[in-house]
Amino acid sequence: MSIIRFMDPPFFRPGLSDFERMRREMDKLMQRKDYNTPFSVGTPVFPPLNIYEDNNNIYVKAEAAGVEADKINISVEGDNLTISGEREQQGKDMSYHRQEIETGKFSRAVTLPTKINIDAVTARFKNGILAITLPKAEEVKPKKIEVTIN
Amino acid sequence: MSDKELQTQQKREVQQEGEPTKPMRQFIPAVDIYEDDKSVTLLAEMPGISKNGVEVKLDDGSLLIEGSIPDDDKTADRTILLQEFEAGNYIRKFTVSETIDQDKIKAVMSNGILKLVLPKIQPAKPKKIEIKTA
Repeated sequence: MSIIRFMDPPFFRPGLSDFERMRREMDKLMQRKDYNTPFSVGTPVFPPLNIYEDNNNIYVKAEAAGVEADKINISVEGDNLTISGEREQQGKDMSYHRQEIETGKFSRAVTLPTKINIDAVTARFKNGILAITLPKAEEVKPKKIEVTIN
Repeated sequence: MSDKELQTQQKREVQQEGEPTKPMRQFIPAVDIYEDDKSVTLLAEMPGISKNGVEVKLDDGSLLIEGSIPDDDKTADRTILLQEFEAGNYIRKFTVSETIDQDKIKAVMSNGILKLVLPKIQPAKPKKIEIKTA
């Protein structure tokens, strides 16, 4: 139930119709030369997310290496979670031999499956992994009903 | 602050010959390599790897970077709702040129990015010999 931002190469002008966009996307798939490599490890979105739940919490993990903790913004609005920020380039104005780590701004929004207790959301950033714990609202937590014997 | 939007990219997996013996996936970390007058800097993106999990080995001009994830997966009793990335180990090998001072390589790990600074050997300064009149 996530909102996935599709890979949107910059050469798409905004004037293109959705069909044209789709056709180009298909063409690109057909042009893939290395059919033997696994089609996708992860998704073309940043940051990639893993979302888990147990009875009490929803856990969101995001892989965001190289982003400074103070450059990450997390906001919760109703049952929408938004993670945005910016990864900055470390070697500015240097002569690059290789540049594989993409830099720039990112923003990602997901709709959470249940209501959460917004005031008790916590987030931790460690080794490039952002871990957000979102406690479920009391009314959606599973209740155990004791059966008494008369 | 730039207005540039981050382009997404996928993790590349190591193509192994033969079957792997470990269940863990191995990825090739994305790297940046840049250079200035004094040194060559290498950045490797290894999210989830702590300082203790990194190994950098230099052997006869080849530089090996390895990162192994800590084994503290507490997700066993949780239901997966969405999985877009997989944790795994990282491995990548580079050839280091002779102009690098191999004894002075420095490594720093922060926010899942390994930074290696490879200082260049400073060329011997030309010595000016003064000529005296006899």
